[in-house]
Amino acid sequence: MSTQESRKERINRGIKVRSDGLYALMSWRELSYLTLPRFIMIAGMLSLPFLMPDMYWQRVISIVCIYAILALSFDFLAHYVGLVSLGGAFFIGTGGYIAGILNSYFSIPPFLTVPLAAIIGGIFCTLMLLPCLPLKGVYFAIVTLMYPLFMARVIEAFDIFGGTDGLVGIDSFSSSFAEQYFVIGMVLIFLFGLRRFVTTDRGLIFTAIMDNDQAVKASGIDITRYKALAVFIASAMGCMAGACLTHIYMWSGISQFALDFSILPIAATVIGGSGTLVGPILGCLILVPVSELLRDFGTLRIVFYASILVGFILFKSGGIMEFGQRKYEQFERWTKI
Amino acid sequence: MEILVYGTINSVSLALMGLGFAMVYGISRVPNFAHGALYIVCGFVTWTLFHKIGLPYFISIILSLCVNGVLGILMYRFVLIRVRGMNISEIIASYAIGLAILEGFRFGGFRGMTYTLPVFMEGSLMIGSVPVDFHRLIMMVIGILLVAGLWVFTHHTRIGLALQGMAQDERAALMLGIDSDFMAMLAMGFGAVLAGVAATLILPLGNIVVESGYHVLIMSIAVCIVGGLGSWTGAFFAAFIIGYAQILTVVFIGSHFQMVVALLAIILTLILKPSGLFGQQKELEERV
Repeated sequence: MSTQESRKERINRGIKVRSDGLYALMSWRELSYLTLPRFIMIAGMLSLPFLMPDMYWQRVISIVCIYAILALSFDFLAHYVGLVSLGGAFFIGTGGYIAGILNSYFSIPPFLTVPLAAIIGGIFCTLMLLPCLPLKGVYFAIVTLMYPLFMARVIEAFDIFGGTDGLVGIDSFSSSFAEQYFVIGMVLIFLFGLRRFVTTDRGLIFTAIMDNDQAVKASGIDITRYKALAVFIASAMGCMAGACLTHIYMWSGISQFALDFSILPIAATVIGGSGTLVGPILGCLILVPVSELLRDFGTLRIVFYASILVGFILFKSGGIMEFGQRKYEQFERWTKI
Repeated sequence: MEILVYGTINSVSLALMGLGFAMVYGISRVPNFAHGALYIVCGFVTWTLFHKIGLPYFISIILSLCVNGVLGILMYRFVLIRVRGMNISEIIASYAIGLAILEGFRFGGFRGMTYTLPVFMEGSLMIGSVPVDFHRLIMMVIGILLVAGLWVFTHHTRIGLALQGMAQDERAALMLGIDSDFMAMLAMGFGAVLAGVAATLILPLGNIVVESGYHVLIMSIAVCIVGGLGSWTGAFFAAFIIGYAQILTVVFIGSHFQMVVALLAIILTLILKPSGLFGQQKELEERV
């Protein structure tokens, strides 16, 4: 057996290096190199409702976007603030119930309940999670995993808000067109908004809290306040997704606290690429339709996506997005050692 | 009297469920979210061996415990070893495995009320004025023996001491020549066997249903967190606290609130004292 004589090296493409600085503005080629991926993303998302004329698949688009918002909030919280929340269902359920209550008890129209649910739900979730903000790592993960289960049991035990039947007869959006463009718009706004936000001063403090909270504390910054702010942002996003879900299905119930909403966004984030913010959306665009296609197989689809998840964690922990980015920005070649 | 007797029985069964989880976390620091799945696997394997293949009950139990142990070892060797030390990947990976196993069983047709295991011994006994069947008594005796046996094992055998060393300080243990990956694998195997023991003791009291896998996972996490993650004695005492609390709520408030109590216990413990009642984790490691 001969020893290995060559190794693979990765080098940045020339165009990537040229378009890094201000000089990208000098040529259309560099400009389009920078903007093309973003443009494809936006145009692709906006044209989805036209590409899918079928009623059933249009519904799937809305669901994809709802999961995408949730996955985006998970990614933001986990990889930019360092708080891993396994309780996506808590946000969805809270938002869903608030929208349901506002609509069926106070008959507020959907275009008001969604923002209201986002704000009230965000405040509610932040207050509920406030006592456990000092926790780190696995402890925070477990306590957030318990919240949705706890809420579901409380609603069931006290038999409030319709008990096990849930709230029925909630208004839907005015048309399916409005519904889809609303959720798609929300995904895009949150995506680019968060990308902008994490590079601001506040975003830097969040990242610093993730890297070394003691050092941030020593600099005289109140980390609990910043963590609460981050949780508010993430939970408001989740609650908005939940409110949309309630209006799409015209129903809100205990199953909105189900583990699906906690697990699928995480799976999407791992598959798409954690810490990239675009990755989770990509993951949702892949996972949710696949899971719809496999609906005939019943619970086998859960087995299927659980195994994909394990495979990605083990062999491609960077996710699709990181892989794609590397191919886009760098080329590889074999060199002699 | 009824509260006392059934509270004790409930507590022992909770302790049995939590012991495996506590052991794996205590030694390898891997939160094994596939614990509930391993519990159900043991139940179904025993059922298959006993009813389909027709082996004697005792032999099928022993065989399924072995299957469980091997499964735990394989899970550690091929999956968890690669993500060890990364908390979130550990949780996601083990939870995904558990989910795949449980939902796989559901797809494979193991659902409904038809899957039952026979009790070890028919008949019942009067304790004071409360009738208690023999199986529950056997379960209590075995449970207490198991805890005592584990104590002896970890304090007086070479492997047990090595495991304890790992639990206290992994790097120091590594320096003294204890193979930490092998020990963690062993711990995972033991944890899986303990989940299996809990299953063979508790499942004959009811039906084998997939949902109880999730239930067992939540209860074992509750027990371990209240007692302090990684502390076995803590898990044992916490099982008694939660066990009695549950029985008391069932008697005085209503059976709907049984689960609420457990979840409330987790949330309150994590907020007030995250290291649990008997936890030995340093405060700084888990909170700021």
